[in-house]
Amino acid sequence: MSANFNFPLPDEYVRFLPEITLSAAATLVMLLDGVLTERSKRALAWFAMVGLSLAVVACVYAYQFPGTAFNNMIVVDGFATFFRVLVIAVGILTVLCSESYLRGERAGPGQYYALLLYSIVGQCIMASANELIMVFIGLEISSIASYILAGYLRDDRRNNESALKYFLLGSFATAFLLYGIAWIYGVTGFTNLTEIRRTLMTPETAPSISLIGVAAALMFVGFAFKVSAAPFQIWAPDVYQGAPAPVSAFMSAGPKAAAFAVFMRVFLTAFNPIANRWQPFVWGSAILTMVIGNFAALTQTNIKRLLAYSSIAHAGYVMVAIAADSEIGTAAAMFYLAAYALMQVGAFAVVTYFVRQGERYTSVEDLAGLGYKQPTVAAMLTIFLLSLIGVPLTGGFFGKFYIFKAALDSNLIWLTVIGLLNSAVAAYYYLRIIVVMYMHEPGEASATAPPVSPALSLAMWGAAVGTFVLGIFPSALLDFADRSANLVK
Amino acid sequence: MTILDITLFLPLLGFLALLLVPKDRPDASRTMALAVSLLTFVSSLGLIGPYWFRSPQGFQFEQNLSWIAYPPIRYHVGLDGLSLWLVLLTTLLTPICVLVSWKYIEKRVKEYYAWLILLEFGLVGVFLALDMFLFYVFWEISLVPMYFLIGVWGHERRIYAAIKFFLYTFAGSVLMLGAIIYLYNRTGSFDYSGVVAMITSGRLALTWTEQILLFLAFFIAFAIKVPLFPLHTWLPDAHVEAPTAGSVMLASVMLKMGAYGLIRFCVPMFPAASRACSDWIIPLAITGIIYGALVAMVQPNMKKLVAYSSVSHLGFVVLGIFSFTQQGLDGAVYQMLNHGVSTGALFILVGYMYERRHTLEIAGYGGVATPAPWLSSVFLMTTLASIGLPMLNNFVGEYLVLQGAAIANFTWAVFAAIGVILSAVYMLWLYQRLFFGRASEEVSRHMWDLSGREWAAMLPLLVLMVWMGSYTQSFIPPISAQNARILDLSKAGVDFRVDTRTARSAEVARVR
Repeated sequence: MSANFNFPLPDEYVRFLPEITLSAAATLVMLLDGVLTERSKRALAWFAMVGLSLAVVACVYAYQFPGTAFNNMIVVDGFATFFRVLVIAVGILTVLCSESYLRGERAGPGQYYALLLYSIVGQCIMASANELIMVFIGLEISSIASYILAGYLRDDRRNNESALKYFLLGSFATAFLLYGIAWIYGVTGFTNLTEIRRTLMTPETAPSISLIGVAAALMFVGFAFKVSAAPFQIWAPDVYQGAPAPVSAFMSAGPKAAAFAVFMRVFLTAFNPIANRWQPFVWGSAILTMVIGNFAALTQTNIKRLLAYSSIAHAGYVMVAIAADSEIGTAAAMFYLAAYALMQVGAFAVVTYFVRQGERYTSVEDLAGLGYKQPTVAAMLTIFLLSLIGVPLTGGFFGKFYIFKAALDSNLIWLTVIGLLNSAVAAYYYLRIIVVMYMHEPGEASATAPPVSPALSLAMWGAAVGTFVLGIFPSALLDFADRSANLVK
Repeated sequence: MTILDITLFLPLLGFLALLLVPKDRPDASRTMALAVSLLTFVSSLGLIGPYWFRSPQGFQFEQNLSWIAYPPIRYHVGLDGLSLWLVLLTTLLTPICVLVSWKYIEKRVKEYYAWLILLEFGLVGVFLALDMFLFYVFWEISLVPMYFLIGVWGHERRIYAAIKFFLYTFAGSVLMLGAIIYLYNRTGSFDYSGVVAMITSGRLALTWTEQILLFLAFFIAFAIKVPLFPLHTWLPDAHVEAPTAGSVMLASVMLKMGAYGLIRFCVPMFPAASRACSDWIIPLAITGIIYGALVAMVQPNMKKLVAYSSVSHLGFVVLGIFSFTQQGLDGAVYQMLNHGVSTGALFILVGYMYERRHTLEIAGYGGVATPAPWLSSVFLMTTLASIGLPMLNNFVGEYLVLQGAAIANFTWAVFAAIGVILSAVYMLWLYQRLFFGRASEEVSRHMWDLSGREWAAMLPLLVLMVWMGSYTQSFIPPISAQNARILDLSKAGVDFRVDTRTARSAEVARVR
């Protein structure tokens, strides 16, 4: 790192504005939690919404001043903006899902929303980090907040188990990442991604490939854990199943998207010079992830667990895009993560609605006959599931199409074939949910289904409309992804 | 905005409108579905105009608008002699299906008709799409409504059948998607005509391996849909478990999607691979013809019998296509339409009988001719059409296919002809067991004759059976013209120096 210290310019603060906004909102929520009465605490959800919405505005505003900030610690470019907006959007959907859930569980909303906002701060930092230390800080902020969120209902045994597992395994994986960072600093003398790349590119300064390889492998382990890519995916089903439903919705989309953002940033920028070395590993991990995710999901009876495995499988598709190691691949991964966030959070929103107090109804069978008791909700879930399957006119289809296009562009023919066949396997378990909803007689759970709360219904409609928009008019987002895919190098 | 766009999008509008009909007014849903589908049919009649009054070249009513800027995916639709009648078949059968379901569907009426109308949208779109991406979109869209039609309103094993149907088709079609993307990466275009032109002109030179793999990726998707033996196993389940209208749409139109794809994509785009692979495709088709007929013969369930007869009939279509002769192709396309009309009619009649007697077992009937003479006459006519009696429609198609096959290789024709004989055996035997003999008390109590609504659904099909069988000039010219072009395309890049193979192929004779 350079020794001469430059005092930050105003523009640099603007580039950091989303994180500042979110941190301020989170801190305010925490403070207000102490002063407000029990009744008025409900307004905290709307307060968090306002904070998140302002943060979106801040992201867009910051994008008007692209560049680096704080001695190249963070970078604001299209890629960072894309992921910042994405994780904040996931946050908005999560808040909408959480409102009625927390009321049902009689859980205090204050710390919940504060933690959620802090977690998003971490993810925003990850999205814009240009520096391994920042990556690590962002990841830690995001993870620690999510560890607590996973165990938010502290009297619930499943919550406790989930949080503990997530924490132990998560810290273990983070340690790998940190070790990798230390190693890379040791061999190159840099933690800045651009500098690392330059060092590796220059034959005189490049350290031996085995040293770099170890560093890359350690960091791969850390990232693969965070995105739940095989063989580091074991934690995901247990954690998603045990955590409160809206938190599972959040964890399966937000942190994952941010982790993919840094994964791509680090491997496509810093480690780009050794791409031909890591590509086979990503290739193998992509296949393993898809196969494990899809085949394990086939036999699941708990809907949260099923969605957890499906989320693993979808991480596999994104890995295919990364394995393509091209700008189209990066754009495809970006688009896919956006589409995936909408459909996955949408599906979890329905689950959140359906589980009821104490998460009584979490088995797939419980959804029996929902199509006739709550036709709108069932139709929404059907849309999300069809999108997860990859039926045309939904975002999920176009995302998959784009990923496989990128893979074929890079001549990964067998990876494409395996991925395509996997999506056919996946159709089976998603269809099973549709079968239960529409082709089984209504059971107790759907007969007693309450009306949908306005916030939750907003989340579902938002996700469903978004899914269709991405499927029918993908151009706008796709253009943006294409333009932003040329990472800072 | 052409009449083609109207025909395509009317059902989609109808679907959206049906969603708005209140749930507790089933009759409103029925009427609305009937109105929409009739309107679509009337609008589709306008499509015949150019083909009857002049003989046009190339695609008619073409519409080419940008949908997604990059990758360049276009809303490109158009009509030619191959798609013309398939579109009309679809638009004709949809109102018929609405009529057929009028009384039979009593629960979840609104959803039922909504799916049925959406299905029409998907099917018409498949036959009109000239952009490969768009084609794939419609191909998949048609899958979802049928999945629900089978799964919600079907018979006992409906769920198993619905999932099997979906997965078979989906698994096949994802590989097609891969092939479409691969072609796009090589050509930079999803445009059907553009890609075909590039392949024919040699500007896109595919290696032999590429050609074979791409051909297989398309072929498997289509062969599952046709279905070609041994990929047919989803068909009996889906046909038997589906509600009557579902079976009709499946057999009459959805199976044709596969055959249409073979003619539209496989043959012109990969001519050399198509010809090379015909060496094993033809035996499979002939096996299907005979196997389907034999299995149909021993079925105790009449719907299953009709389903297996479809396997046999569609074998003729594949045989015709891969004979690479004008007669064979014409016969194949004509047979697609014939099968749509006559098997559709058979499924409707079987449905009528099920509504009365509530069993599909052949043994539950016998002597039906006594209480229901008109029903039995109509059934007889449909049976005769199905087994290929001259002057009725199937005869023309089967004859042309057999002639085409005989020109290409006489042995094929001999084996395929066995299928014709067997079809007479199983159909007439079925007819005998259902309608002749003494009516048991059960049968005479439950069976009654056709109602006005039931006549209305059957009459257009009966007229078509005679019309298509006796005055083919109304139908075949546009088909022939298009097939001649396909056949020309199928020679591009094909090495005809096959003199060592002796003059067994008509192509060789012509080339010399």
